[in-house]
Amino acid sequence: MIAHLAIFLSFQLAGEVIARGAGLPVPGPVLGLALLLLACIAAPALGQRLLATAQGLLSHLSLLFVPAGVGVVAHIGTLGPAAPALLVALVGSTLLALVTGAAVFVALARLTRSGAGHD
Amino acid sequence: MTDLPAIWSYLSREPLLWLTATLIAYVAGDAASRRSGRNPVVNPVLVAMILLSLVLWATGTPYPTYFEGAQFVHFMLGPATVALALPLWSNLAHVRATLVPMLGALVAGSVVAILSALWIAQALGVEGPALLSLAPKSTTAPVAIGISEQLGGLPTLTAALVILTGIIGAVIVTPLMNLLRISDWRARGFAVGVAAHGIGTARAFQVNETAGAFAGIGMGLNALLTAILAPWIVAILFSG
Repeated sequence: MIAHLAIFLSFQLAGEVIARGAGLPVPGPVLGLALLLLACIAAPALGQRLLATAQGLLSHLSLLFVPAGVGVVAHIGTLGPAAPALLVALVGSTLLALVTGAAVFVALARLTRSGAGHD
Repeated sequence: MTDLPAIWSYLSREPLLWLTATLIAYVAGDAASRRSGRNPVVNPVLVAMILLSLVLWATGTPYPTYFEGAQFVHFMLGPATVALALPLWSNLAHVRATLVPMLGALVAGSVVAILSALWIAQALGVEGPALLSLAPKSTTAPVAIGISEQLGGLPTLTAALVILTGIIGAVIVTPLMNLLRISDWRARGFAVGVAAHGIGTARAFQVNETAGAFAGIGMGLNALLTAILAPWIVAILFSG
């Protein structure tokens, strides 16, 4: 468990160093994700070892957003007088992006016969 | 025996209290979510957020004090993002088979997220830095804040808009997809990862493992694409 956490942190650290060193617009953890994926493809044994820990961590991914969420409530004033307009824009745009993304995915999966992702 | 105010003044200065409160609020939110049969409106983040905000308000605790304890939880976002590599790796065969649908959905979802947010807000009279802060709202917070700074937006406002977008996406995705009769877990997950980043991904993992894996990919790819597209779209829309 601790060894696995050390591996995740090491990849995050490597991602952070590379992203900052090369001035990339990607955050360190996202680059760390890409590096760990490559490492697991190169050494499937690593992936097998980490899989259960990753699933455990990700099953409570929601928890990790709670502190930032409380920050939104604490700083609700930063939305300013434009708050209602911004909220309408967020709901409308999230709805449209979800519909477009899923519809394009399904249409292209049908065109390229990429199978079906049902259970 | 020490009196209560003395104990309180000790606790309110230490991270222990707010770290514990964050975990308890989440356990309560998660229990409420389970009891509702994972009803999307009873989102564990939303429930925990409201509970903690009420406690902070009732005790007159400023957010920075709370965050000193909560930062240990917040910090785990980094390793958790790295850990998204594993569901991605174990679904690699799925991913290879759906490269074209993913890229199409990524570009379409990302462009629609940026453009529609800017258009709706502009039509409702939002302008200046507040409008620019909206452009990267569908991408993960650290990327969105960087983009917002680069565009001349307000980073704190962007952070709030990003979190709200995540919660909105997590709440509406299930009823919306059921309404549209889209039952492909890959499409549902990928779309919510692109539109609603990590909070959408957390929701996807609650519903289905494949959906979660695809949401993680959508989130990661959209972090890259928004960093490229948002400055470009803003330049085209607002040049002059």
